[in-house]
Amino acid sequence: MHTDTRRTNWWATAFVAVCALTVLVPIYLAVVVALKTPDQLAGSGFELPTQVRWENFAEAWERASFPRALTNTLLITVGALVLTLLTNSMVSWAIARNLHRRFFKGVYFYLLAALFVPFPIIMLPLVKETAILGLDNQVGLIVLYTVFGLSLNVFVYTAYIRSIPVELEEAARVDGASTWRVFWQVIFPLLAPMNATVGILTCVWAWNDFILPLVVLSDPAARTIPLAQYIFQGQFNTDYTVAFASYLMAMAPLLLVYVVAQRWVISGVVRGSVK
Amino acid sequence: MTTTTHAPVPPAAVATPASRRSARSRLRRPYYWMVLPAVVLFALFHTLPVLVGVFFSFTDYAGYGAWDFVGVRNYVSLFGDDRVLGAYGFSFGFALVATVLTNVISLAIALALNSRIVARNTFRGIFFMPYVLAILIVGYVFQYLFSNSLPKLLPNVPVIGENILSNPDWAWVAIVVLAVWQASAFAIIIYLAGLQTIPPELYEAASLDGASPWRQFTRITFPLISAFFTINMVLSLKNFLQVFDHVVALTNGGPGTSTESITLLIYRGGFTGGEFAYQTANAVIFVIVITVVSLLQLRFLQRREADF
Repeated sequence: MHTDTRRTNWWATAFVAVCALTVLVPIYLAVVVALKTPDQLAGSGFELPTQVRWENFAEAWERASFPRALTNTLLITVGALVLTLLTNSMVSWAIARNLHRRFFKGVYFYLLAALFVPFPIIMLPLVKETAILGLDNQVGLIVLYTVFGLSLNVFVYTAYIRSIPVELEEAARVDGASTWRVFWQVIFPLLAPMNATVGILTCVWAWNDFILPLVVLSDPAARTIPLAQYIFQGQFNTDYTVAFASYLMAMAPLLLVYVVAQRWVISGVVRGSVK
Repeated sequence: MTTTTHAPVPPAAVATPASRRSARSRLRRPYYWMVLPAVVLFALFHTLPVLVGVFFSFTDYAGYGAWDFVGVRNYVSLFGDDRVLGAYGFSFGFALVATVLTNVISLAIALALNSRIVARNTFRGIFFMPYVLAILIVGYVFQYLFSNSLPKLLPNVPVIGENILSNPDWAWVAIVVLAVWQASAFAIIIYLAGLQTIPPELYEAASLDGASPWRQFTRITFPLISAFFTINMVLSLKNFLQVFDHVVALTNGGPGTSTESITLLIYRGGFTGGEFAYQTANAVIFVIVITVVSLLQLRFLQRREADF
């Protein structure tokens, strides 16, 4: 690594510190409001709580049907994650190793072209279709995240797979391994860095997505966290402390994962965008 | 180079051309089985809805009941519809301002992060944090900030002092603030990755030659990260044009329809307004607009890249 011989730039440090504070302001606000009693809300909301009211969380847990929403979001995110990693990597490998064949090249550009198709055009017909197929539920969302993810993921995986020497696969083939075995035993483990990248992107997307659950899900029992927050927004009305407790609980899981695995998450996302 | 050059045929065995060919195709066949289901599902859930949408855009389908072909009537009506034009006006104005601000601010922060500063990794971690948060939920926090906190903190500032969100002329600015706050996370990281590809020796040589920091930026830094600039500009504009969650959380399109984005209009009209066919026609136009804008932007920016 290049050792930095420059002197500390205090102007840049100050600038960065001020901007970082701006990033933290809404999160600070969410925390302090969630901890207050309603009568402490007379001010701007930024004041520290004089008396902490933990019941806000218990109340939000009940009123926003949190256990249900959390289960749904977890189920959908984990389902989409596992299915995406297993299938999208395999599709990408088959494409990457056969790009000189017309069929695979066609598939590659077909999937890639979809990146330019904005969601509003498929939104209305898709809802009819998922309803007809009985996929207006959690399973449907898992399928949709996996299928829609293909466009970007194939692009990301393919670039990486082409840097893996084919000789590795050929050695396994000489030993008599089938094409399927070559993938699962030789290639899939080698894809670990890209699996991490695709995994992070899929998790963040599936966990936070609002519009797809909003239009696809028909049964209230299938609601995800963002959708539940949207529906119960009207109910909270002026009960800001309870509402904020529920926002905090909705943001907490991914935020905790991020704080723990911060470097790993950032490098994963960078790897996916700067190929 | 293909994977079939080393078919598992023992070298000693006398392989006829026919048997070798079948061995090869046996090895190749799994590749098709790996790809085919994905292509079928993708066509079913992505391409088919697009085609169905285009088809219904030439009908008067309300989303239920009977329908008839109406030719291009939906398309003609779109151009005279004030609500549609208003949505385009808002989305484009918002997207343009948000794109410029996101990129200017992100580039400035990335440059500062890339210089020698204290606690760089901690700061980098903070800046990326909004990326993992749901826009809708952060949006609700911002909504409180704009409607309750700021009017109490700055009661004498004109627009902000009296809830910017209920001001039809300025509510869009609040949406820009949320959008820039959230989108900068990703843009900063991309710019930082770009800046780290520039060899430090270039700057050493430039400062020996007496080049000012501004000159170093315009002659070395910016040309060398122009590819990253292109990615960020194209992605931000495309995403901002489709703005939805931000608007739902902050203003729900109001006051009136002053902050109604195109996506929100398509959603509302299509699902609850009985305008299924009409709004699919709107979506078809929207797709064309976004594609044209993205391609023009890409062409323009890449030509600029080549000029350096």
